[in-house]
Amino acid sequence: MTTQQTLFDKIWNSHVVAAEPDAPAVLYIDLHLVHEVTSPQAFAGLRERGLLVRRPDLSLATMDHSTPTVYQSDLSVFDPQAYAQLKQLADNCQEYGIRLYELGSERNGIVHVIAPELGAVQPGMTVVCGDSHTSTHGAFGALAFGIGTSEVEHVLGTQCLLQYKPKTYEVRIEGLLPVGVTAKDIILALLTKIGIGGGTGHVFEYTGSTIRGLSMEERMTICNMSIEAGARAGMIAPDATTLEYLEGREFSPKGEAWEAAVENWKALHSDPDAEYDSSVTLDVGELEPMVTYGTNPGMGMKISGRVPDPDQISNIDQRQAAAKALTYMGLKPGASLLEQHVDVVFIGSCTNGRISDLRKAASVLDGRKVAEGVRMLVVPGSQQIKRQAEAEGLDAKFKAAGAEWREPGCSMCIAMNGDQLEPGQCAVSTSNRNFEGRQGKGGRTFLASPLTAAASAVKGKITDVRTLI
Amino acid sequence: MTDTVQYTSKVIPLLQNNIDTDQIIPARFLKATGKDNMADGLFFDWRYLSDDQPNPNFVLNQAQHKDSKILLAGDNFGCGSSREHAPWALVGWGIRVVISTSFADIFCNNALKNGLIPIVVEPDMHQKIVEMIEEVPDGELHVDLDTQRVFLPDGSFFEFPIDPFAKTCLINGVDQMGYIQSFEDKISAFETQRGITIIN
Repeated sequence: MTTQQTLFDKIWNSHVVAAEPDAPAVLYIDLHLVHEVTSPQAFAGLRERGLLVRRPDLSLATMDHSTPTVYQSDLSVFDPQAYAQLKQLADNCQEYGIRLYELGSERNGIVHVIAPELGAVQPGMTVVCGDSHTSTHGAFGALAFGIGTSEVEHVLGTQCLLQYKPKTYEVRIEGLLPVGVTAKDIILALLTKIGIGGGTGHVFEYTGSTIRGLSMEERMTICNMSIEAGARAGMIAPDATTLEYLEGREFSPKGEAWEAAVENWKALHSDPDAEYDSSVTLDVGELEPMVTYGTNPGMGMKISGRVPDPDQISNIDQRQAAAKALTYMGLKPGASLLEQHVDVVFIGSCTNGRISDLRKAASVLDGRKVAEGVRMLVVPGSQQIKRQAEAEGLDAKFKAAGAEWREPGCSMCIAMNGDQLEPGQCAVSTSNRNFEGRQGKGGRTFLASPLTAAASAVKGKITDVRTLI
Repeated sequence: MTDTVQYTSKVIPLLQNNIDTDQIIPARFLKATGKDNMADGLFFDWRYLSDDQPNPNFVLNQAQHKDSKILLAGDNFGCGSSREHAPWALVGWGIRVVISTSFADIFCNNALKNGLIPIVVEPDMHQKIVEMIEEVPDGELHVDLDTQRVFLPDGSFFEFPIDPFAKTCLINGVDQMGYIQSFEDKISAFETQRGITIIN
């Protein structure tokens, strides 16, 4: 009898170094991604212990969270705290021999954008980073999850983590995506359906015909926001699309090693009769562009819909949460969002800052203007993407429309670097979180796709992109 | 390190669901390179008004909770970002126990590595504690990690689940890095067998 295993089971089982009773497994980590914000205290702890980084060759660092997106000749003057944090990362990487893509260098960018584009993330790997959006890398059929700084220290010191085995959750996506509806809308629809605690304790595996038809960049958008459902990770079994993306990238295996890797990766799928602990199916055939109205990513709706009326919600907790969210967002119960004015549009982040996202946004802006009074920031996810976009003339389209074309970084997704909303401002954002104050204290975030964001920039109000196509 | 972990304290009610780590400590406080003074940023945008004056209506600012150690929160506490700054800020302020009906996974891991005990209770027990606070705002809970019990002022108690490994670490001061290092032979054997290198 053969045991039927899920994709998750296969990767988990092949990385357990030790498993003692009444203790978490010692899990081996194949790739450790490092950035400036969640690592300094971990390196300090390592130093106190007198330990070295066990596997600098399995570690990769970048600067992204607190970096400015406008060139600064002297960051120590512009933002001394960010400067100190970045300098500490540079010093730590030099001391411990970790490859670092520094601010301004040609491979620099958002950690979850550059690791895939360099081919560092490969099927079957375990990937961690001190960042919750590490779930992005599951798009390659890797087990990838965010960790805290104590765990960053553990991985630096031992290349291992203590982990309990999470449960599995099949998220089946079926149906043909309508025009104007994208991967971002799929994940926002899922979050609306299962809520932001719906995946807690589980690892998602996205399956179904719709997923198979998506590009790697679209798959990354979906896996990226798995954490917004509370899921430990989100993953997609590798296929021809995955191989096509990976072949020839800087860190992808070459020659015979590539052939051998491809052969190994063929086993990386859930067996036909494998069982998941939970499952949900989403039919996207009738989906519309999605937009959030509230203060967590699960508070979303179809763009033609109406903001809920808290008085109509029977569950008291949900009623209070909806009422509080509407007050924060300045929305009336039952309102349409289609006339909602917009102050700022942000295109970027590890969710939607890749070349296909910029192409989509540029296609809407082409020959049009950003509405008067609207500030639009376009922040590519990496220097490679920035160069590619400029080679394609996308930057010219953005600039001609009146948008700001910026340097790569997390930027207004996390608002650590000066790119932020003013209190009360409304932003349509392609990022991943609409929590209170996430994009600046008092700022109001409406999460949406790059198409919806660009259309909203043109009209100066939240807009159904299908009216502009 | 102590060989017993017990706390007796009034309970700070913060009864919203889905309190995310951006609320616990906003991102602008994440530029620090150490762990000191993290409590300055705790619930900053709720604790302070737009002119940076303390918000008198926010529960942490109320005098009776100056020394409280137990936070009672709504469901799915600590969702969102993986920032360990969240438990650093809570512990720095003086919180030692958070009671909720559920916690986000990464927050729970981070809390346990910093001596912050996440206690999961059933909704009816959660409601009972809420009612206790409403009736007797000064009432104290007694939390005993060793027996995994929480005692209410009326002498009744309930038991709570906790990861046995984390419990041992908290009570006996087991160093998790050291624990992983004790598997050095197995880690080395695993590496030899796999022979993987990614970044040269």
